[in-house]
Amino acid sequence: MIIQAIVFLPLIGALVAGLLGRSIGHRPSEFITTGLLLIAAVLSWVVFIPVAFGDGLVGATGDGHAAVIKVEVMRWIQVGDLDLRWILRVDTLTAIMLVVVNTVSALVHVYSIGYMHEDPHRSRFFAYLSLFTFAMLMLVTADNFLQMFFGWEGVGLASYLLIGFWYTKPSANAAAMKAFVVNRVGDFGFALGIFGAFFVLGHIDFDGAFHAADEFATTGLPVIQFLAWQLDAMTVVCLLLFMGAMGKSAQFLLHTWLPDAMEGPTPVSALIHAATMVTAGVFMVARLSPLFETSPVALTVVIVIGAITAFFAATVGLVQNDIKRVIAYSTCSQLGYMFVALGVGAYSAGVFHLFTHAFFKALLFLGAGSVIHAMHHEQDMRNMGGLARKIPITYAMMMIGTLALTGVGIPGTNFGFAGFFSKDAIIESAYAFGGNVGSFAFWMLVVAALFTSFYSWRLVHLTFHGSPRDAQHHGEGPHPDPTHTAHETHEEPIDDSNAPDHAHAAHAHDDHGHDHHHGSAYDNAHESPNVMLVPLYVLAVGAVLAGVVFYGMFFHDVEHIEHFFAGSIYVDHQIIEDAHHVPTWVKWSATIAMIIGFVTAWYMYIRRPEVPGRIAATNPGLYQFLLNKWYFDQLYDRIFVRPALWIGNAIWKGFDDWLVDGKITEGLGRRVQNVTSWVVKLQSGYLYHYAFAMLIGIAALLTWAIAAGGLI
Amino acid sequence: MGLEIGLGHYLTVAAILFTLGVFGIFINRKNIIVILMSVELILLAVNLNLVAFSAHLADLQGQVFALMILTVAAAEAAIGLAILVIFYRNRGSIAVEDVNMMKG
Amino acid sequence: MTFENSILTLLTWLPVLGAAILLLTPKTALNAIRWISLIVTIVVFSLSLALWQAFDPSSAGFQFVVDLPWIGDSIGYRVGVDGISVLFVVLTALLMPAVVVSSWEVDSRLKEYMIVFLVLETLMIGVFTTLDLAMFYVFFEGTLLPMFLIIGIWGGSARIQAAYKFFFYTFIGSVLMLLAMMAMYWDAGTTDIVRLLGHDFPVGMQTWLWLAFFASLAVKMPMWPFHRWLPEAHVQAPTAGSVILAAILLKLGGYGFLRFSLPMFPDASAQFANFVFLLSVAAIILTSLVALVQTDIKKLIAYSSVAHMGFVTMGIFAGNALGIQGAMFQMISHGIVSGALFLCVGVIYDRMHTREISAYGGLVERMPQYAFAFMVFTMANVGLPGTSGFVGEFLTMMGVFQVNTWVAFGAAFGVIFSACYALWLYRRTIFGALTKESLKGILDLNLREKVVLYPLIVLTVVFGFYPAPILDTTAAAVDNLVAHYSESTGRNPAVDLADERAPLEYVAPAEGAEQPAAEEHAAEPAAH
Repeated sequence: MIIQAIVFLPLIGALVAGLLGRSIGHRPSEFITTGLLLIAAVLSWVVFIPVAFGDGLVGATGDGHAAVIKVEVMRWIQVGDLDLRWILRVDTLTAIMLVVVNTVSALVHVYSIGYMHEDPHRSRFFAYLSLFTFAMLMLVTADNFLQMFFGWEGVGLASYLLIGFWYTKPSANAAAMKAFVVNRVGDFGFALGIFGAFFVLGHIDFDGAFHAADEFATTGLPVIQFLAWQLDAMTVVCLLLFMGAMGKSAQFLLHTWLPDAMEGPTPVSALIHAATMVTAGVFMVARLSPLFETSPVALTVVIVIGAITAFFAATVGLVQNDIKRVIAYSTCSQLGYMFVALGVGAYSAGVFHLFTHAFFKALLFLGAGSVIHAMHHEQDMRNMGGLARKIPITYAMMMIGTLALTGVGIPGTNFGFAGFFSKDAIIESAYAFGGNVGSFAFWMLVVAALFTSFYSWRLVHLTFHGSPRDAQHHGEGPHPDPTHTAHETHEEPIDDSNAPDHAHAAHAHDDHGHDHHHGSAYDNAHESPNVMLVPLYVLAVGAVLAGVVFYGMFFHDVEHIEHFFAGSIYVDHQIIEDAHHVPTWVKWSATIAMIIGFVTAWYMYIRRPEVPGRIAATNPGLYQFLLNKWYFDQLYDRIFVRPALWIGNAIWKGFDDWLVDGKITEGLGRRVQNVTSWVVKLQSGYLYHYAFAMLIGIAALLTWAIAAGGLI
Repeated sequence: MGLEIGLGHYLTVAAILFTLGVFGIFINRKNIIVILMSVELILLAVNLNLVAFSAHLADLQGQVFALMILTVAAAEAAIGLAILVIFYRNRGSIAVEDVNMMKG
Repeated sequence: MTFENSILTLLTWLPVLGAAILLLTPKTALNAIRWISLIVTIVVFSLSLALWQAFDPSSAGFQFVVDLPWIGDSIGYRVGVDGISVLFVVLTALLMPAVVVSSWEVDSRLKEYMIVFLVLETLMIGVFTTLDLAMFYVFFEGTLLPMFLIIGIWGGSARIQAAYKFFFYTFIGSVLMLLAMMAMYWDAGTTDIVRLLGHDFPVGMQTWLWLAFFASLAVKMPMWPFHRWLPEAHVQAPTAGSVILAAILLKLGGYGFLRFSLPMFPDASAQFANFVFLLSVAAIILTSLVALVQTDIKKLIAYSSVAHMGFVTMGIFAGNALGIQGAMFQMISHGIVSGALFLCVGVIYDRMHTREISAYGGLVERMPQYAFAFMVFTMANVGLPGTSGFVGEFLTMMGVFQVNTWVAFGAAFGVIFSACYALWLYRRTIFGALTKESLKGILDLNLREKVVLYPLIVLTVVFGFYPAPILDTTAAAVDNLVAHYSESTGRNPAVDLADERAPLEYVAPAEGAEQPAAEEHAAEPAAH
């Protein structure tokens, strides 16, 4: 009952707020959806705590593969051998996801009450949020591929609706559609992967599929004829499935939708595009770990894609000016980390990072939302600065989030923020994996850690430190206010030049104009109300403690991990053992990279603020390349969008209209008309002509009959 | 007198009537009413044949058919004339030359 | 006169009775005309539900059979339904009340309009219930006439040309089908479909018969590249005409394939399967791309219909339970969804009298309920899980994957493209700022429109989550069909992977688009 409640309470909320929101009003809609979500969140913890700290899942039955609770809801599709049911499946992996999803979602609901309080469509917003939560819960509790696909597409729909929530903004609509379509490209692979899995494994439910995959150990791996090639069946299936994960988790090549998705309201970015939906790909690979383990090729692809994404997204994040986009690229990059962990076989480390990342990234996004709220919907960091004095609580929360994201901690001890534990676990696992792929991934991740640290601190410096650069203060000259410059993080006074980033800004001025607001956004900046701050506090607790508390279960030692996960994911003993015995310099590598990044950011944005501009000016090619996100949007536009439209037009005008219609159908019609216009001349309209013709005919007929001798 | 009027005579008359009727239709270029009359003439020829054969074969069916054709012919003539009247009212002429609306 | 032997006759002929009553109604009594039509269609719908209720899904044969001698030795009054046809009867009966209600405000020749629709209903139900080849042809072709009138009289500005195009396209194919039917009669000596189903046609003859049927059914479906009449007919037809055209008349093609091509000419079907796959994938990919660049809402939806019908033909000729069940479901679902989409277009057309996409934008501002309804149907069109559109698409692709991965691969592009064109349409009409002066006063759904659209929303969602009522109804008949098909063609029965996995592990199932009759080869290793 508790599991049904967890999954369906959000749905009830969504239906009430969505269908009745207009009649019951905004306030009740907000309270009902938020209240139900809070209940669901509490229940999720009730399920999770025994798993984490007690004897395991309450009420679970082990069937050899996993300790699991299954709740059948109803039938779905039964055709031939295909037997699909709506079943809620809860095991350790699901329990972790339930906690992540419902906690973040509940907090985002609460936060949104404050953030969206001026919006005239609030009840619709809350309905979408709850709908999203429901779909996400269906995804994580899926017992078969297709139910997962349902949740998968459901979160895609909710994401589409929420990104496009401000439907009057063309950019939001475009971003929403882009998100849906790019995800569909991933789903193209996912769907084919499901067909393949059913074909190869003969089962569409996870347990059956895993059993079948286990049997390959004795029977040998099957081969499949896919398109023109004979391929290893499991590799084909896993790669196709991974394509879906790439789309949903915005991995390299299918990442383009995620930054654009920041057009949606900020709570949405926190919930969907940071903490939960984008991690669905990671969840999927972890869930299907028994399948992926049968295909080393697929795992290698997962590692490479993950490593490239981690690096690539971090480089782009270095130069973005929109506060949300920086965090979005950061999310993209962190998801790359998770995939590397999955690819090397350290599934628990990947899930661990998913878990901690949800807290600190949601914290960062909600903090950014608080900043944006304070600045009256200004998102361009070049127009911020010095906000630490105006919104100290938000500042403190963002600091915690940044410390967690950059992975601050002391290697070899249990002191550190959440990201420290999970990120180091991944980097060590990558090193332990070894080989070319392992070292490639390792170095990519270390460099990405450096970049992560740099852009995170750049964000903090541009937003909170220095002097205000919004419309009013812009160009006024230095701020003679030394009192605000001392901060606990760095004791030296800030160089109060007001042109820290100017050359920078001049390069690519996008449409975030400087004169949106009357008066000064900085002067009017205000701390957010408590309803927005309390979720930040809760997430901050998670960002600080999630690592140290759960490290044991996710990564400390194999027995602990196996006990905790109880068979819900594949546990590779070797890699985890090896990861604990990497050289000391490896253990310190991430921390050192983090420190380098921090120092560089401090130097470039606080100490010598003119440096970034100079670097950008001296390397315009590189700068533009990064600023334009490696030109992926332009590239895709050229090679996919335009040709598709061109082909569509060509077939429509050329084939349908010109050939089939013009030449064949109507051409045939015209030929018929030509012939008949000649034949029709026989019709003189004079009766006697017809009578004459008849007479001739009769005469001819009679003559023939007589001549043939038949009649007479 | 000794002139026995046999089947051959009837058939000859009928054939002459029929030929007259047919030529009346397609040589006539003046008046549609003449065409109508010619049609009646053709029907008459057929009737004559039917009755002659009926008498010759001593089978009443032929005469029954002849009566039926008479009825139909009367109806047909009535409809034809009605059409002509309407046509005249609309077009102001019933000259055959003018009645060629059906030409292609 | 029991329920068993009268229900189908009643269902078929009641609408004509209604039309006769309308004939006697004075043409100025508009309300009487509307209510009579509505009541008749609702009664028919209730009867169809009773039929579905009484239908025994566990039996594969025909039920409610009536077999009376009629014309000559062969042609009889034979009716009956099996799992394949019963749902089409229900679908037809379901949509007719919606059509009547949506035509409430037709302003010209209302009486004739309703009569034509009621006659059309009889003909459509007749197609699905008749068990006599000759009668099938009469009903099948008969549907052309009312539709021809509907497009030609109540259509848009270029209606005449569209009506002719519709008529001739479909008619030319049907002539060949008529020839084939005669040939079938000469070979089998009967026009009784039940007996024909048991008759084995010579393999050489099957090829020609199959092609002749294909000529008619492929146009009706319509399969690419015989689809050209459809966009035009849709664009010119009045809303109700489009609904019936998309929802029912297109299904006659799929029904014909299931009733004749597959069971009666199994060898030819297997032989031509790859040909059909090729056209299906072409339909899915190419017409989706064409839909992407349309500027006329109805044309866009019409092209999307062609793409969706591609899934149907693909599923049918996959020849396994997954594919055929999926195709059946896809047809029912598409009937509901595309019908509803055309109703949605009708809603704004009634207000603005234009179908140009560029004339709209930002409708959600003034029409939130409409935006909601349109969103549900758009998502069903996209094939989002949880809507009925998903189940059919997914099952057909899954079925065809086991036969030919190329086809599944190509068809899966439909997953991407359908999202593109449907959302692109939605974005341009519903989202955005409401800036156009002409749209500022547009009104949201009125009660009548809600009565029509909301039940369809419910059906779309319910069948998405719980498709069992449909799948269970068709299961036995489809299993029977699949068993017969695989038996005749030597294919491995059904989809059971337990058997098909065997070749998978040692040798690959040898398939490929370039190999004709791939499925026969695929099954051979398993049979050994």
